[in-house]
Amino acid sequence: MVPADQRAPASPPKRQVAPWNDERVRSLAFQSLTLALVVGLLAYLALNAADNLSRQGIATGFGFLGREASFAITTALIPYSPADTYARALLVGLLNTLLVAGLGLVLATLLGLALGLARLSANWLLGRLALVYVEIMRNTPLVLQLFLWWDLLRLSTPPPREAWKPLPGVYISLRGVFFPVPVYDPLYLWMGAALALGVAAAALLGVWGRRRQARTGRALRLGLPGLALILLPPAIVFFAGGAPHLLDVPHPTRFDFSGGRSITPEFAALLAGLVAYTAAFIGEILRGSILSVRSGQSEAAAALGLTRGQALRLIVLPQAIRVAIPPLTSEYLNLAKNSSLAVAIGFPELFSVTNTVANQTGQAIEAMAIVCATYLAISLSISLLMNLYNRSMAPVER
Amino acid sequence: MIELRRVNKWFGGRQVLKDVSLTVARGERVVVCGPSGAGKSTMIRCINRLEEHQQGEIFVDGIELTGDVKQIEAIRREVGMVFQHFNLFPHLTVLDNLTLAPIWVRRMPRREAEDLAMLYLERVRIPEQAGKYPSQLSGGEQQRVAIARALCMKPQIMLFDEPTSALDPEMIKEVLDVMVELAQSGMTMICVTHEMGFAREVADLMVFMDQGEVIETAPPDRFFTAPRNERTRLFLGRILRQ
Amino acid sequence: MKAGAARALRWTRVNLFSTPLNAALTLFIAYLAVRLLPGTVGWAVLRASLTAADDRACAASGGACWAFILDWSRFILFGRFPYAQQWRPAIVLVIFAALLLASFSRLLPGRWLALAWAGGLGAVALLMWGGVLGMPYVDTALWNGLPLTLILAAGGLGISFPLALLLALGRRSSLPAVRTLSIVYIEGARGVPFIAWLFLMLVLLPLFLPPGVAIAKLWRAEIAFALFIAAYLAEVVRGGLQAIPRGQYEAADALGLGYLHKTALVILPQALAVTIPAQVNTFIGAFKDTALISIVGLFDLLQDTNTALNDPAWRMAYVEGYVFVGAVYFVFCYSMSLYSRRLERRLGRERR
Ligand SMILES: Nc1ncnc2c1ncn2[C@@H]1O[C@H](COP(=O)(O)OP(=O)(O)OP(=O)(O)O)[C@@H](O)[C@H]1O
Ligand SMILES: [Mg+2]
Repeated sequence: MVPADQRAPASPPKRQVAPWNDERVRSLAFQSLTLALVVGLLAYLALNAADNLSRQGIATGFGFLGREASFAITTALIPYSPADTYARALLVGLLNTLLVAGLGLVLATLLGLALGLARLSANWLLGRLALVYVEIMRNTPLVLQLFLWWDLLRLSTPPPREAWKPLPGVYISLRGVFFPVPVYDPLYLWMGAALALGVAAAALLGVWGRRRQARTGRALRLGLPGLALILLPPAIVFFAGGAPHLLDVPHPTRFDFSGGRSITPEFAALLAGLVAYTAAFIGEILRGSILSVRSGQSEAAAALGLTRGQALRLIVLPQAIRVAIPPLTSEYLNLAKNSSLAVAIGFPELFSVTNTVANQTGQAIEAMAIVCATYLAISLSISLLMNLYNRSMAPVER
Repeated sequence: MIELRRVNKWFGGRQVLKDVSLTVARGERVVVCGPSGAGKSTMIRCINRLEEHQQGEIFVDGIELTGDVKQIEAIRREVGMVFQHFNLFPHLTVLDNLTLAPIWVRRMPRREAEDLAMLYLERVRIPEQAGKYPSQLSGGEQQRVAIARALCMKPQIMLFDEPTSALDPEMIKEVLDVMVELAQSGMTMICVTHEMGFAREVADLMVFMDQGEVIETAPPDRFFTAPRNERTRLFLGRILRQ
Repeated sequence: MKAGAARALRWTRVNLFSTPLNAALTLFIAYLAVRLLPGTVGWAVLRASLTAADDRACAASGGACWAFILDWSRFILFGRFPYAQQWRPAIVLVIFAALLLASFSRLLPGRWLALAWAGGLGAVALLMWGGVLGMPYVDTALWNGLPLTLILAAGGLGISFPLALLLALGRRSSLPAVRTLSIVYIEGARGVPFIAWLFLMLVLLPLFLPPGVAIAKLWRAEIAFALFIAAYLAEVVRGGLQAIPRGQYEAADALGLGYLHKTALVILPQALAVTIPAQVNTFIGAFKDTALISIVGLFDLLQDTNTALNDPAWRMAYVEGYVFVGAVYFVFCYSMSLYSRRLERRLGRERR
């Protein structure tokens, strides 16, 4: 507690200072000037826009969102028809963006992990091969790669009757990629519940093991039992329920396929391009973060008598993950933003749909405002989370 | 030359200078000591406005330190400062470190500034290092360059904030020798230091600070032999025993 | 000789057959190479066709259709620039190559290099525009192909750099209004995909200008590009600013240097020097992003190739077309990244 009379006075002594020489006056003046300039510029642009729009007879505002879209969208996660509103079309686009970004994020991480490990491997050939891949991906533009994927998938693929069959039930043709999906059975819900139970049990087992080790000092090998706890319950439910394994397999018809699920060449090209490209960056991030902790720390761990595996699990990985998470997040953000390149190959994600909407309605400003606001919201919320995470993970210094 | 009148300063809610008053005459050498956190650095940093005081008055060379930018500039030209961690500019050679301020602040022609710089490098006895970068010098050499850099502005007053406490013992002497010479040349100096040998040799006035207050000011002979305040005695006992 | 063989043997054992898993991997990769390499080499070289009349003729010989690239090379490189005048953009390419080589090799000291760039870009402008020295005037709409890509990249970087410095300093400023504006700009620009910026500038900018004022497409793309990179570059520079100890600011203050002198002579030189590798990496990203202008209707290298591929005779030669464009981008980006890595190593050594 500071006594009232000892509190810092609001302002320091001011004595016969010419106002133009006063630090505070100067800083206020400079800031006001900067603000005035920026606000003035924005106001000027806005006035021009209002003027131009009224001259062209374009009504401003977001009223158009309620009107009928009257264009079709090839890939939609929610029911959509051209009779729906523009707002719904945009929502379909947003969901497609999230779908591509979500799928891409998972696949790129897996491929990136493989690449990172390959780069670190003791096998010279494998390391070189991964390096060549990474350099090619990182040093050529993503749009170019997308064009290549797209042309590969729509020009070099055979017609449906001669479709490639990389796996039984999977067909790749001009029409896109068709693959089987399991037919829904209520049992799957129960399997999900059993899986959740198994995971919970495994977590409990892990906690118990750690406690026991802390108490008795004896480490238990709980990996296999844990895995069994997770996998067995759904398996038991599956077989007890009569093992329903009906698959909805696509069948070639004369010009197309029926059944199964399919993805369009555009979607496949976008996903493949994004994953192949982003994985190269992710691989390098993972490799770099593991290398950044490797030498001194793992030597110290070895000096303490930890095995190589223990050193990796207890010392290197926790630190590597801490190093990797911020650049990984920004890479994921890049992936989400890069999904807007779909506009080049016509996959209807948020940006392409917005582009169509803007062209149809002439409300380009409003449409762009919606896209920008959406991407900003995604980016800012992720970087906010990131900052919070960084603050909580920051190594304590001194 | 320098006058502090009842200066107060707070960091947030914490008062770090309490009614500090001090007068330093032209040519006078003042040594400030006191335990860690006493506010010694804060006080001398207020004199060239690296920190802003919130109450009281500070006059340097008759000019009062206020928010007036012109006067702050004028004062900083007249006051040289040497830091504990040298703070040399790592991207510039020793010579460029020395000529930077004369050229850009005093608007001196480069030639003249370089001659001046060499003069001071000779005074701190390292003219041969002019072309090197700071990272290529030893700590003692770096600190001597820092002193020469401050002197190149031809300041009326020099401030030293623990100039030797980041140095190895064998380098301390070379820096102190330069400081003693500077003192003998008649420079007005305020030194924060715990080098009591140096203090005895050059100080005209000793200042002891504790918890933001000036506890005792006395000429060195009386300060070391008959300190009046209990806290001064304790501090001296601790520091002289080492 | 024998020692060499022994060393080779040891190298093979350590790097290829150290563990059973490694040996298996090596064998697997070798198997793949045996299966795929001959086909690839055959396609790209042996069975490739340099003279075929169209893509069907290439398909018949079963090899790559480099004939397409040869046939369309001038269009891909220079687009619709008047055919008889295409020596001008060709010289422009040579100028850019020379400038890049001079920059990478560090033959010229910094001041001369800056001068060379200024002079080189002046010459580029002169050659592209013409209208003097007997060269007919050429509108910016006809500046196509690789010169367009390079002009966009060089101009974008040139304009964005000072802006980035201002933004980075602004974000670290003690003045709240300046800091807030900088943060809003930087985060706003980075939060939105580049393609959205391009649409803003190319489609929407005319709406925001008074009637009668028109900015050529090329310059609108250039502005969009510069404004976009500036935000990323600003963050890189800010990283450098953050790494500078407070003592540097205080020493400059104590010497009586004002804000401008302190920033220009003490702070920025250090912040820029330590971030050169990161700046180059940002620039590589930006250089690749120039390809996006093909989506908004500018005829860069990629869009020229797309146009050429619309020729029904060559529709199936897209792999060759894109491989060619990719190779051009790769040469530029990879040499920049090699340069940045070399600098990084040198900086690392100096810091130690
Ligand atoms: N920038 C700052 N913000 C907040 N508190 C500060 C700041 N600078 C100094 N202080 C506090 O002010 C007090 C006085 O600090 P000062 O550096 O002046 O002490 P000192 O006498 O120089 O100590 P030392 O011998 O350790 O250098 C300390 O308690 C310190 O924690
Ligand atoms: Mg101190």
